[in-house]
Amino acid sequence: MTHHRGTPDAVPTADASLRAADRRRLVRHVAAILLRMVVMLWLVTTITFVVVRALPGNPIDLYIQDLAASGLSPEEARSRASAVLRFDVQGSFLEQYVQYVTNVTRGDLGNSSILSPGSPVLPMILARLPWTILSVGIALTLSFIIGVRLGLIAAMRRHAWTDHLISNTWAAIDSIPAVLLAVVAILLLGVVWKIVPIEWMRGAYDPATTPGFNWPFIKSALLHYLVPGTVYTLTSLGGWVLAMRSNAMSAISDDYVHVARARGLGEPRIRDAYVGRNAILPLVTGFAIAVGFTVSGSVLIEKVFVTPGVGALLADAIARRDYPLMQGVVLITTFAVLVATAVADALSTWLDPRIRLGGDSA
Amino acid sequence: MTTPPTPLAASARRVRSNATPTALIGTTLFALLVVVSFLGALVVGAPQLDATTISGPPSASHVLGTDYQGRDNLALLVRGGADMVLLALIAGTLTTLVAVTLGSASAYVGGRVDALLMRATDLWLTIPRFILLVVVASTWRVQSTVALAALIAVFSWPVLARQVRANVLSLKEREYIEAARLLDLGPVHMLLRELLPSMAPFIVVSTIQSMTQAIYQQVGLAFLGILPLRDNWGLLFSVAYGQNAIYFADAAWSVLAPIGAICLLQLSLVMMARGYEETFNPRLRSQR
Repeated sequence: MTHHRGTPDAVPTADASLRAADRRRLVRHVAAILLRMVVMLWLVTTITFVVVRALPGNPIDLYIQDLAASGLSPEEARSRASAVLRFDVQGSFLEQYVQYVTNVTRGDLGNSSILSPGSPVLPMILARLPWTILSVGIALTLSFIIGVRLGLIAAMRRHAWTDHLISNTWAAIDSIPAVLLAVVAILLLGVVWKIVPIEWMRGAYDPATTPGFNWPFIKSALLHYLVPGTVYTLTSLGGWVLAMRSNAMSAISDDYVHVARARGLGEPRIRDAYVGRNAILPLVTGFAIAVGFTVSGSVLIEKVFVTPGVGALLADAIARRDYPLMQGVVLITTFAVLVATAVADALSTWLDPRIRLGGDSA
Repeated sequence: MTTPPTPLAASARRVRSNATPTALIGTTLFALLVVVSFLGALVVGAPQLDATTISGPPSASHVLGTDYQGRDNLALLVRGGADMVLLALIAGTLTTLVAVTLGSASAYVGGRVDALLMRATDLWLTIPRFILLVVVASTWRVQSTVALAALIAVFSWPVLARQVRANVLSLKEREYIEAARLLDLGPVHMLLRELLPSMAPFIVVSTIQSMTQAIYQQVGLAFLGILPLRDNWGLLFSVAYGQNAIYFADAAWSVLAPIGAICLLQLSLVMMARGYEETFNPRLRSQR
């Protein structure tokens, strides 16, 4: 990475062979990203399958035993299990694995075994996905905007009390498990101080309203989002504050900031246009990746606030030992992360002209 | 003839002379929690079930109230700390061990090994690890603290491994490493005697940070009802919450007590990590 800003584009080399080389590099880059996605999905599919199926006395054997205990003959129990899981439980381990992987490539993640016996897993998850993406997405955006601002302020006032206050507070909050904060919020706001009605902190909207584009529903959804949204925002803020602070601190000592100071530019302008803009670049890709991890981060909070998202679905699946559903959530989540990583990759290339295709992996 | 101080001795001296207030407070708090937890587990007997004081508020005989079975919350708290600290220590140490081994080997050997190890690290980084940890832990039903710590470590090493690699790469360029290489001291000597001592401060801080991560994840796993372990703070919190304790002012103490203890432990670790980071890295220290 020895290019300097602008040089590769500024030199007018309308050389056709060069552009062809660029195009080839782009194709190779995209191919590498797609290959990575396929490898990752295969890896995760394999890990979850091995975990669930490989050892004797594994959950699927237990599931078959449960079916048999409920009055089915062993034969019936096995054929019922095969129908639900969409692979032949009597085949060899390899046969089962190949069948499962083949199903997954067709978008068939098997059927739910216990929570909603026989329903395909994929639609169950997809029905819950918009809620999680919307609710966590809003909070994530808020925490990003606020966190970046706070981090920048802390870096500009390096070692003053403002910096100590901001960075220590958020380092501490960042380490407190989000569940604990959520539970304390319900306890204080709903039970002790009685500021927020308990029903606003259970479920995503008033069951008396009809979901859709009508004001009563939207209003109740917003009120129900008040506390969970705040908890999400608070618990994801710390990471942004600390990352922005450290990025901004290294940007402050860059030459262009000294030059800007020497030119007599005002401090707010230096902060926002020079330090801030450059420090935020790496965080934008971090934000894209964080969006991919929304499901992963929402399991516990969705369970506390009983919201109809993928996280709560996973918590239920774990509580009831619904393995096909658990595997499905892991796969969909991995897929989301992979898409987000690819987007982040593209974003960082697009935002920062210094990062060029073909270098060491960005 | 005086021998120059080894990097390890130098860092040790720096800690003694420059420890920041944050580091001191954090270390004291952590030491206090450790002593109370480990001694307390020996001194305080298992609290008795008492049907007459179920979910009671704080009183003279039960300073932090009682839980849903009438057991004394303070006694539960004192006995539940050791498992928490132990888990954090083992998970933190294992995470660091794996990360340092893979990261430094990757940077030191370089070439294909480096490319392969880093590709694997990146793959592991991209997986939504908490969800996978949840699924694996709920399927394999870990039964011991050590097994759980190991499982958490398996899911935690990649971030740190990348940092270790970057660190070793920059150290490799230093003159004394160059000198050692010219003396042909061999890779084992290089890693153990030259590179690791210089990285000791970084490794200490990272281990503490891994400990906070392990606690974070353990609380999450306990909340999902996955861990049938001993009555540690995570389990106490999760069980009390499961008994709907937060909806009754008197019973809420059995939720608040473990929450407070976990927060205190995390706070002590964060203060230690931040404090030592400043102590070791003079550039982070405020000008006094």
